[in-house]
Amino acid sequence: MVDIPLDQVAGIPPAEVGEVELYHPRSWWTRYVFSQDAKVIAVQYSITAMSIGMVALVLSWMMRLQLGFPGTFSFIDANQYLQFITMHGMIMVIYLLTALFLGGFGNYLIPLMVGARDMVFPYVNMLSYWVYLLAVLVLAATFLVPGGPTGAGWTLYPPQAILSGTPGQDWGIVLMLASLILFIIGFTMGGLNYVVTVLQARTRGMTLMRMPLTVWGIFTATVMALLAFPALFVASVMLLLDRLLGTSFFMPTLVEMGQLAKYGGGSPILFQHLFWFFGHPEVYIVALPAFGIISDLISTHARKNIFGYRMMVWAIVAIGALSFVVWAHHMYVSGMHPYFGFFFATTTLIIAIPTAIKVYNWVLTLWRGDIHLTVPMLFALAFIVTFVNGGLTGLFLGNVVVDVPLSDTMFVVAHFHMVMGIAPIMAVFGGIYHWYPKVTGRMLNDVLGKFHFWVTFIGAYAVFFPMHYLGLLGMPRRYHDIGETSFVPASAHDLNAFMSVAALIVGFAQLVFLFNLVWSLLKGKEAGGNPWGATSLEWQTPETPPGHGNWGKNLPIVYRWAYDYSVPGAARDFVPQNEPPSGVVAQGAHS
Amino acid sequence: MAETALTHPEAAPGTIPGLRGIAADWASDQRAFKNVSWGKAMMWIFLLSDTFIFSCFLLSYMTARSSTTVPWPNPSEVFALNLGGKHIPLILIAIMTFVLISSSGTMAMAVNFGYRRDRVRTAALMLATAAFGATFVGMQAFEWTKLIMEGVRPWGNPWGAPQFGACFFMITGFHGTHVTIGVIFLIAIARKVLRGDFDRERRGFFTSRKGYYEIVEITGLYWHFVDLVWVFIFAFFYLW
Repeated sequence: MVDIPLDQVAGIPPAEVGEVELYHPRSWWTRYVFSQDAKVIAVQYSITAMSIGMVALVLSWMMRLQLGFPGTFSFIDANQYLQFITMHGMIMVIYLLTALFLGGFGNYLIPLMVGARDMVFPYVNMLSYWVYLLAVLVLAATFLVPGGPTGAGWTLYPPQAILSGTPGQDWGIVLMLASLILFIIGFTMGGLNYVVTVLQARTRGMTLMRMPLTVWGIFTATVMALLAFPALFVASVMLLLDRLLGTSFFMPTLVEMGQLAKYGGGSPILFQHLFWFFGHPEVYIVALPAFGIISDLISTHARKNIFGYRMMVWAIVAIGALSFVVWAHHMYVSGMHPYFGFFFATTTLIIAIPTAIKVYNWVLTLWRGDIHLTVPMLFALAFIVTFVNGGLTGLFLGNVVVDVPLSDTMFVVAHFHMVMGIAPIMAVFGGIYHWYPKVTGRMLNDVLGKFHFWVTFIGAYAVFFPMHYLGLLGMPRRYHDIGETSFVPASAHDLNAFMSVAALIVGFAQLVFLFNLVWSLLKGKEAGGNPWGATSLEWQTPETPPGHGNWGKNLPIVYRWAYDYSVPGAARDFVPQNEPPSGVVAQGAHS
Repeated sequence: MAETALTHPEAAPGTIPGLRGIAADWASDQRAFKNVSWGKAMMWIFLLSDTFIFSCFLLSYMTARSSTTVPWPNPSEVFALNLGGKHIPLILIAIMTFVLISSSGTMAMAVNFGYRRDRVRTAALMLATAAFGATFVGMQAFEWTKLIMEGVRPWGNPWGAPQFGACFFMITGFHGTHVTIGVIFLIAIARKVLRGDFDRERRGFFTSRKGYYEIVEITGLYWHFVDLVWVFIFAFFYLW
């Protein structure tokens, strides 16, 4: 073997940035509570997000109880029903999914997958979590203030969001907006870290086109969030001023409780534009990380390289860019010039092209693969099915003429729960089952995992498949009690009751998952460093769970992409990214 | 794919022509932006995000102004001062803009002296920048006071559309907050420069990271951005 100098290995350029000394915690507090280690911050983010997510889950039970058995539960009145809807939606979309994908998965996986020791600015990263926690606490406080949380719907449309008569008009809406502003500030601190770490702190040999697709998904979603959240920030500030100072940004002249309100001359449509300029990219902010995670899970568990890696990357970037020019498809019924409707319908349908490329590539990755039906793989497969399903109903709603009759029916609810509720949650579960062994060093229990999967998967379809049908019947959404109507047959109410029972069962299945998380932490099977035989860098750490600084003495050197599975002639059916090609002495690499 | 990557190592940056070259440079090893430090990259990306915030504010203001059915107050009249018996339109804003643009000049000089490791001049110029910034905020406070005395409120004013006061206080307030934060940062960094933190690589109190003179330039990026935003506010709010 030839002696190769450290700085020139098989065409790998020398290190461009010297090692940056890490902050070393000196006490229990700075190690586990005020920690600057991205891995600890990731776990903090995940636990906080899942805790508030459980609240939202219980709220969904309340809604389903009311819808399935109207009039039976006297403790749910119309106001509370609206409050439950609002908080369920807001928590699930922003405080659970966004925080879990970017703050949780992002913090844990980005430094490990690109071969960095930590995020570039760990202190700012720590602040990000604490501001997020504050946002969650302010949000949770709305349940305790006089009048309760706001019942304006998760879109918080003015004018009704801040007028009397809407529940939570006193305190709820104010705290909700304050919490959103805090969330955005906290997210920005974390998001800047994720973007700069991916762009500027990769290890030697890790070109952008060698990064695992999980990093690509989280990175693109973070860039989008940094550009989309400003619109929500501005909308929140202006709505807060309308509510507290009596400005009229969004408030037209109107009569409130029989009296002329103090407002005049504002534009409610302006709020909708700002909200959806954030709101539509938000859909892809939770979808793109899911895309990335699913790509890695499928490739790893089918023991086959991802099909069309470059196309997958470009599809992620294209979806990210296109999602900024489709926002008004949420506003077809708000009143819009027909040409704008035409424009936004066209851009919306164009997004189907890169998305379809991704779905085909996943399927072609599975084609003739060595598919292991592990729990993460089951969730990954469920994601593909569910996402295709939700995507197809999206084609209905993206067309103006089809959207108008379907707007504000249960069809819309079914569509977005499929595409950005169930599908991303499948990716979250798949990701947790996949990476839990790296985070804790122990495997999650397989039997409990499979039980959790089947109940969740079948249960979710039992809830949301019939909902499409109810929507086509014309059953409106956000109604506390639809009562007797000529167009909704009596059988629809039986269907509603069935869906509610299914929703309760799915909810309880999540307790099995939580039990599994805790039980496996103590009693789970030892995982070892690389239980799935995966190629990407996070599985090649010298310690499991990875220690402070991730990589021991030397940073890994990357020689190949992340998808060398079942390479002909290789000794094993996977070749780690940091395994040098034959003839090169491994340096700084741990395998 | 893997074989390709192994047998054809990545070409050196800047050697592939055309669009493929651009993509290859961006995707190149370790760093997308060569010779850009983490801190500077982070500030640029933050400023991009902040640009979207100010853009949303300004677009909302323009929407409100162009869709209102009542007349918009005339800025030349509203923002005029009586000086020496003469009625001069926009005089205060002109002075404020001049002060803020001048502060960009002193900031640029501070960056220059920072890289020459001239501690005293760097700190002095940064403090001068901070003083200009504080003057700007002071004049803004004067302008707010004057308008409030004349009856302008976020919910209404004597001359026309109520959105005038709402947009004015919100946008100039948000910008003034940016300037104030900048002044605080300038003073903090100037203190570190003067104390010689960046010569001795003294560790930060919060981050325990070593500091470098580059932080002067990063602070400068923020400051120039705040100035640039003011130019847009000036053009769209006062000159329209």
